[in-house]
Amino acid sequence: MTGCAQRFAVAVVLAFPATASAQEKVDFATDVQPILQRSCVGCHGPKVQLGTLRLDSKDAASKTIHAGEHEQSSLYQRIAGIGDQARMPMGAKPLPAAEIATIKRWIDEGASWPESLSAKANFKKHWSFVPPVRPALPAVKLASWPRNPVDAFVLARLEKEALRPSPEADRVTLIRRLHLDLTGLPPEPDAVDAFLADKRPDAFERLVDRLLASPHYGERWGRHWLDAARYADSDGFEKDKQRSVWFYRDWVINALNRDMPYDRFIIEQIAGDLLPNATQDQKVATGFLRNSMVNEEGGIDPEQFRMEAMFDRIEAVGKGVLGLTAQCAQCHNHKFDPFTQEEYYQLFAFLNDSHEGSMVVYSPQEQQRRAAIFMRVLEIEDDLKHRTPDWEAKFTAWQKSVTAKDPQWTVVLPDVEDISTGGQKYLPMSDGSLLAAGYAPTKHRAHLIVKTEMTRIGALRLELLKDPDLPLGGPGRSTLGTAALSEFSVEVERPEKPGVTQEVCIAGASADLNMPKSPLEPQYHDKSDAQKQNRRVTGPIAYAIDGDTDTAWTTDAGPGRRNVPRNAVFNLEQPIEGGKGVTLHIYLTQNHGGWNSDANQNQNLGRIRLSLTDASGVEAEPPLTFSQWRTTVPEWGAANEEIENLWSAHPAGSSQLVLNTREKKRETHLLVRGDFLKPGKVITAGVPAFLNPLPPDAPANRLTFANWLVDRQAPTTARSIVNRVWQNYFGTGIVATSEDLGTQADARSHPELLDWMAVEFMDSGWSFKKLHRLIVTSAAYRQTSKVTPELLAADPYNRLISRGPRLRVEGEVVRDIALAASGLLNPKVGGPSVYPPAPDFLFLPPASYGPKIWDVETGPDRYRRGLYTFRYRSVPYPVLQNFDTPNGDTSCVRRVRSNTPLQALTTLNEPLFVEAAQALADLTLKKGGETDADRVTFAFRRCVSRRPDAAEKQTLLSFLENQKPRGEREAWTALSRVLLNLDETITKE
Amino acid sequence: MSLRSRRWFVNECGVGMGAMAFHQLMAAATDPMAPKQPHFAPKAKNVIFLFMAGAPSHLELFDYKPQLAKFSGTLPPPELLKGYRAAFINPNSTLLGPKFDFAPAGGNGTLISELLPHFKTIVDDVAIVKSMSTDAFNHAPGQLLMNTGGMIFGRPSMGAWVVYGLGNQSKDLPAFIVFSTGKKGPSGGNSCWGSGFLPTVYQGVQFRSTGDPVLYLSNPPGVDEGLQRDTLDTLSKMNRMRHDAVGDPEIETRINSFEMAFRMQASAPELMDVSNEPKSVLDLYGVEPGKPSFAATCLLARRMVERGVRFVQIYHEAWDQHGNLKKDLAINCNDTDQACAALVKDLKQRGLLDDTLVVWGGEFGRTPMVQGGDDGRDHHPNAFTMWMAGGGIKPGVVMGETDDLGFNVTKDKVHVHDLHATILHLLGFDHTKLTYKFQGRDFRLTDVHGNVVKQLLA
Repeated sequence: MTGCAQRFAVAVVLAFPATASAQEKVDFATDVQPILQRSCVGCHGPKVQLGTLRLDSKDAASKTIHAGEHEQSSLYQRIAGIGDQARMPMGAKPLPAAEIATIKRWIDEGASWPESLSAKANFKKHWSFVPPVRPALPAVKLASWPRNPVDAFVLARLEKEALRPSPEADRVTLIRRLHLDLTGLPPEPDAVDAFLADKRPDAFERLVDRLLASPHYGERWGRHWLDAARYADSDGFEKDKQRSVWFYRDWVINALNRDMPYDRFIIEQIAGDLLPNATQDQKVATGFLRNSMVNEEGGIDPEQFRMEAMFDRIEAVGKGVLGLTAQCAQCHNHKFDPFTQEEYYQLFAFLNDSHEGSMVVYSPQEQQRRAAIFMRVLEIEDDLKHRTPDWEAKFTAWQKSVTAKDPQWTVVLPDVEDISTGGQKYLPMSDGSLLAAGYAPTKHRAHLIVKTEMTRIGALRLELLKDPDLPLGGPGRSTLGTAALSEFSVEVERPEKPGVTQEVCIAGASADLNMPKSPLEPQYHDKSDAQKQNRRVTGPIAYAIDGDTDTAWTTDAGPGRRNVPRNAVFNLEQPIEGGKGVTLHIYLTQNHGGWNSDANQNQNLGRIRLSLTDASGVEAEPPLTFSQWRTTVPEWGAANEEIENLWSAHPAGSSQLVLNTREKKRETHLLVRGDFLKPGKVITAGVPAFLNPLPPDAPANRLTFANWLVDRQAPTTARSIVNRVWQNYFGTGIVATSEDLGTQADARSHPELLDWMAVEFMDSGWSFKKLHRLIVTSAAYRQTSKVTPELLAADPYNRLISRGPRLRVEGEVVRDIALAASGLLNPKVGGPSVYPPAPDFLFLPPASYGPKIWDVETGPDRYRRGLYTFRYRSVPYPVLQNFDTPNGDTSCVRRVRSNTPLQALTTLNEPLFVEAAQALADLTLKKGGETDADRVTFAFRRCVSRRPDAAEKQTLLSFLENQKPRGEREAWTALSRVLLNLDETITKE
Repeated sequence: MSLRSRRWFVNECGVGMGAMAFHQLMAAATDPMAPKQPHFAPKAKNVIFLFMAGAPSHLELFDYKPQLAKFSGTLPPPELLKGYRAAFINPNSTLLGPKFDFAPAGGNGTLISELLPHFKTIVDDVAIVKSMSTDAFNHAPGQLLMNTGGMIFGRPSMGAWVVYGLGNQSKDLPAFIVFSTGKKGPSGGNSCWGSGFLPTVYQGVQFRSTGDPVLYLSNPPGVDEGLQRDTLDTLSKMNRMRHDAVGDPEIETRINSFEMAFRMQASAPELMDVSNEPKSVLDLYGVEPGKPSFAATCLLARRMVERGVRFVQIYHEAWDQHGNLKKDLAINCNDTDQACAALVKDLKQRGLLDDTLVVWGGEFGRTPMVQGGDDGRDHHPNAFTMWMAGGGIKPGVVMGETDDLGFNVTKDKVHVHDLHATILHLLGFDHTKLTYKFQGRDFRLTDVHGNVVKQLLA
C-alpha cells in the first residue's frame, strides 16, 4: 500500500549504518530493535498488524523467529527475499545487507529479546470474526413505540441521540412501500382501496403475508441475489457471446418463493451437484459459480482465463456469502484482515475441482414427457425380450460378430499446424485425444500432422469423444454439443521426398451414425447466396469424403441422443506402405458454421482422437447396446419404428452452465503474486484460521466448503446477508460497506441489532420470509419518510432510522412501474431472457465488437419485467444501465443510486416509456371516469397510489387543458408522460 | 453535467480526495460533478485519447528497424524467445521486415513511415514514446489495462478517474464522452469507459456522430419543443410541491437533472453540427459534412474540448493485422493520419493545445515475427509506440529505444502504469493520492505501480 511504501522510503533515508561488529554478540536493544522499529513496525506494530503480525512484541513475533535457525525463521526469509513470498519491507527497498546480516546473526545467536523491550501485544478479535450471540434487548423510554425487538434497538439508538422516531406513515404510503419492497411492483388502485377498507387490526400483517406469497416476491428479492451472483446472459469478453443460464435465474426466483432456507440456498449453489442423488435443480444451482466470464479471444491461453474465473468465484463467495474481501489475499497476505495468501489458495483448492460444464435441462412439463417416453421405450424393449426367449444368446452373438471384425487400432497424437486452426486451440489430452478450446471459428480446415513408423496403414479412425468441458458434454462445440465434419482428407509425405505430399484416395467410410440429408439450421447460414445455402446440408458419413465441402457428416442424432461419442472409419483405396516412416497430413474441414464466428455459430469437432490400423475394409463399430442391436433385427421393424417415433417427440430442453466435478483432482498451487505462470508450493484445501474451523475428518470437497460457509458458527455469513436485507429496505446497511465486514468495514450504526437479527435469522431456520416479516412489521419500517430540516440536519442519511426510507427504486423497478402503471406489464414469471426495444446500432459494430442478436419482441414479451431483459455484459441494456443496474462483470452487493440527466432523458423519451404514456392515456380514457378531474385522479393513482391534492390536481388539469388543442389522446398522453416522470413515481416513499 | 447524489458522496467519496477545503467539500457534497481543483496546478485541463484499438504495428509506423529487414525470413535468436508467449503464432516463426519505407521528419529528424505523411508535419509538436510496454497480449485484457489499469473487468476507466477528480466544468454536456469509429467496437466493451467501482455518474457517455448523439436525446414523435418545455415546467412544479410536502433534498436534484437534460437536448445537437465550421477547417481534417468518419469525430472532439468536456475518447478498432498487413495498414493510416495531425494543428492554432493533452496509441504492439504467410503480425506486449502532444508534454521529443528487432525495450521503458501516472500528473494529480476506498482499501488508477515519466514533461 501507498502509505506503507512512503513510511519505508522515509526510513531508508534516515537509516544509520547497521551496527554490531563481528566479535560482539548482537544486542537486541541497540542492534535489532531499531531496525524493526524503523522498517517493520509501521505495518506490524501497535497500530496496524498486517498479516496479524506484530514485531514490537516478543510473543506476537515469535511465530516468525526460530531461535538459532535463521533458515527456519520467516522474519529472515522475508527480509532476505528467500522463498515464494513477497520480499519485505513490502513496497520499499530491501533492507541494507548489513541489517539483514545483523538479524540473521541475532537469530542464530538465540534471538534473545528482553521482556522489558516487548510491547504488550493485544489482539482483540475484530467483531465480525466472533460468531454472533443474541444480545439482550436494550431498555427504552418510549416503551409504547416498539412493535417488535427490532424497534427496541432502533429506539434505543435514537434515544441515545435524543431523537424521537417519526410517526407512522399513512396507509396508502405503507401499501405502496410494501408492494415495492416485497414485489417490486406498485399496488393496483383496487388493492389500495381494499387495504384502506380492511379495518381488521391485523390488516397490515395480512397484507405482508399476501405479498410474501406472491410469485413476484421471488423476482424482487431474487434480483438482489442475482447482483451478488453477477448474473448475465453473455460471457463477457470481446465477442461477449450469448450463454444459456436463465434456468439458474429461475432457480433463484423459485428457491426464494419456496422460502428455501438460506443455508440450503448456499449449499446448493456451491455444491448442489455433490448432494446425494442430486436433482436437476440442485445441479442448476451450481450455475452460481459458473456465472464467471469466459474469454474466447483467438489468442488466449484457456488456463489463464480459467484462473481468472476461479478468482472471480472466490470474490463472489467472499462478497456474496462471507461479506469479506477474500480477493485481497490473491497476490499477497490480506493487508488488513488476518487472511493469508496461503489461506486464499486453501479456499481456492476447494473450488479447483470442476469442469466448466453445461447440461441439458428440462422444464417440469418436459421432464414428464421425457419420463413417459423412456417408460414406453422400456416397455417396448421388454416386450421384444419377452417375445424372444433366446434374445440374450442372439444379442451376445451379435456383439461377438461385431467385435470380431475389430482390427488392432493404434492411437496417434497429431501435431496441429497453428495457422490452420483459425485461432482455435487443440489441447492434447492424456488419452491421445485433442480437445478443442478457446476461440471457435465457424470455418476452418485443421491440418493434423502424424509421423508414424507403422509399416502399413489401411484405414484411419476418427473418434469424437465427449468431454465435460464441451457444451452439453460434446462431442462437438456447437451450442448443442454437436459437430459437422465437412470433409476428411489425407495426404502422405514420404521420407525420401520431404516436403512433397501426395493425396491419398479414400475408398469408403463408415460411421456409427448416419443421419438422413438435412438442411442447415438458420444460425449456421453463411453469407453465400440462397442457391449455395440450399446446397449446404448435413447427413451421413459419405458426405465427409465426397469432395464437396458443402455437405457434412453430422453427429446430431436429435434431442435426447445428441451428446454421445461417435466414431468414423476411413478405408484407404491403396494401403500406405510405410517402413522407414511416413508423415500423414490429415485435413479436417469444418465449414458448416454460420457467417459470424463471434456468435455461437460453429459446428466444430470438440474432442477428437485419431487411430491407424494396418487392416483394410474396416467398419466403424456401433455401440454394443441392446438398443443398437434391436435395430438390426429385421422382424422388429414395427417396434423399432415406434421407438424412433417416440424419440422424435423427445423435448429439446434448454442448456444451463453448471459445475461438473472432475474425477481426477487438480493440484492447487499458491500462485506467486496471483500469477498463474508462477505456481508456488502445493496447497491443500482448508479455511482461514480466523473463521470457524472445519469439522474434523470432513472430506476436502466443495460440499464440505459449502457446509462450512453456512455453519452456525460462521461468524460473518448470517450477519452479511441480514445486513444486505436491511440495506435493501433502508438504503444503507447497518454496516454501510456491505461487501466488507472485515477490519476495514465502516462502523455499524446498530451493532446489537445486527447481531440480534443474525441470530434470529439462524434460529428461525434461515428463513428469509420470516426475516422480511420481522423487518416490515416493525414500527421502524412503518415510519413516515417525511423529513424536516431539523431532522435532516440531525440524521442526514437516515443511518439512525429516524424516519422511513425514501429512495429512488432500482433500474428494473423504474421500468416495471411504468409498465404496471400503464397496464402494459406482462407479469409472467421465468423463462428465457427477452429483448425489449433498444436501438439497433448498439448491437452492431462499431458500437458493439460484433453483431449481436437483439430481435426486438413484438408480442407480450416486450412488456416483461426488467429482470428478464437479456443482459449482454459488454452492451448493457441502456435503460437499466442509466439507472445504475450492474452489468454482471463482478459480484455486486451494493448498488449505487445516482440521479442524472441521462435518467431524465430515458424516462422522457425512451420508446417503451413513450408507449407506456400512450397506454396509460388510453386506459385512462377508457376506464378513468367521465370528467377530466376523475381521469386525472385515476391516472395519478396508477402512478403513485395516492390521490392528488387540490393544488396538484389543478396543476395537472391546467397542463392538460393547454395540450387539448393537440387532440384528446395526445393531451392525455402528454399528461401521462408527466405522471410517469414524477420523482414520486419512481421513488419508494 | 450536474449529476448529483449526495448520499454516497459524503459517505464515501470524500474519503479519497485528501485535504479538500471545507467549502469545496460542501459544494461537492451537493454535486459530485461540481468542478474540483486537482492536487496541484495542472498543465492539461482536457484529454483527447485517440485509442487505436486492435494494436497498430509499431514496426511499420514509428519504429524503423533496418536489421529486421536484413534478417527478414530468418528465425529470431532463441534467447529472445525464452518465456515469451504469443497469442496465435508459434513464437519460433521467422522474422518479417518492415513493409514500408521510412524517412526523417521534423526538427529531430526521427524516422517516420511513408504511411504517415501528415504526422510528419506535426513531429515537432509531439512526443513519441517508442518504449511502451504492457502485460497483456490479448485484446480485451490489453484494452482494459490501457484504459483501467487492470487486466480484468471491474476497475474504473481513466476518464472516470479524471472526472471523479475534476468534476464537470460544462453545464450542459457530459464530462467524459466516448466515440467508436472503427470496423467494430473495442474488445473490452463498455468497461473500457466504465466507472468500475466508482459511482456510475463518472462513466463515459457514448456519443454517435450520426442520428441522436446521445441515446434518447430527441423528443418522441409528437412532442415539440413547446410541449417539452411545458412538460418540464409541470414536472418541476409537481416535484417542487412534493418536495415541500416530504422534504427530501433528492427531489431538488431530480428537478435539476431534468433541467440539464432539457439543456442537453439543445446543446448536444449544436455541438454535433459542424456545418458552420469553415471549409478550411473541414478540409484540414478531411471531413465530408454529413458523412460519419474518424475525421469528423476528431473535429467533434475539438468542439467538445472548446465546450468544456474534460475527457474525450475515440475508439478506432481496426488495427489487428494478423494478415493483410500491407493493405489494411495503408487503409487505416489513410483513414486516420490526416485527422490526427489536423487535430493537433487545429488545437494549436486555437491556443487549445497548451491545456489539451492528445494521446495516440493502442493496447500493445505487433510481433517482429510473421504470422500467416508473409503479410501479418501477431500481438506483442513487450514493445510498442505511442505519441502525445500538448497539455504539458515536451514537444519534439523522441523517447525510448527498442532492440534491433523492435522486440524488447532497451532504453527508458514506459509501462502502461507509467503512462497513467504521467497523464494524471499533467492533469494536476499525484497518481498515488487520487484514490477511492472500495472493499476496505484505497484503490487508484495505477494500483500499486506507476512512475511519472519526467522526460516527457515540458
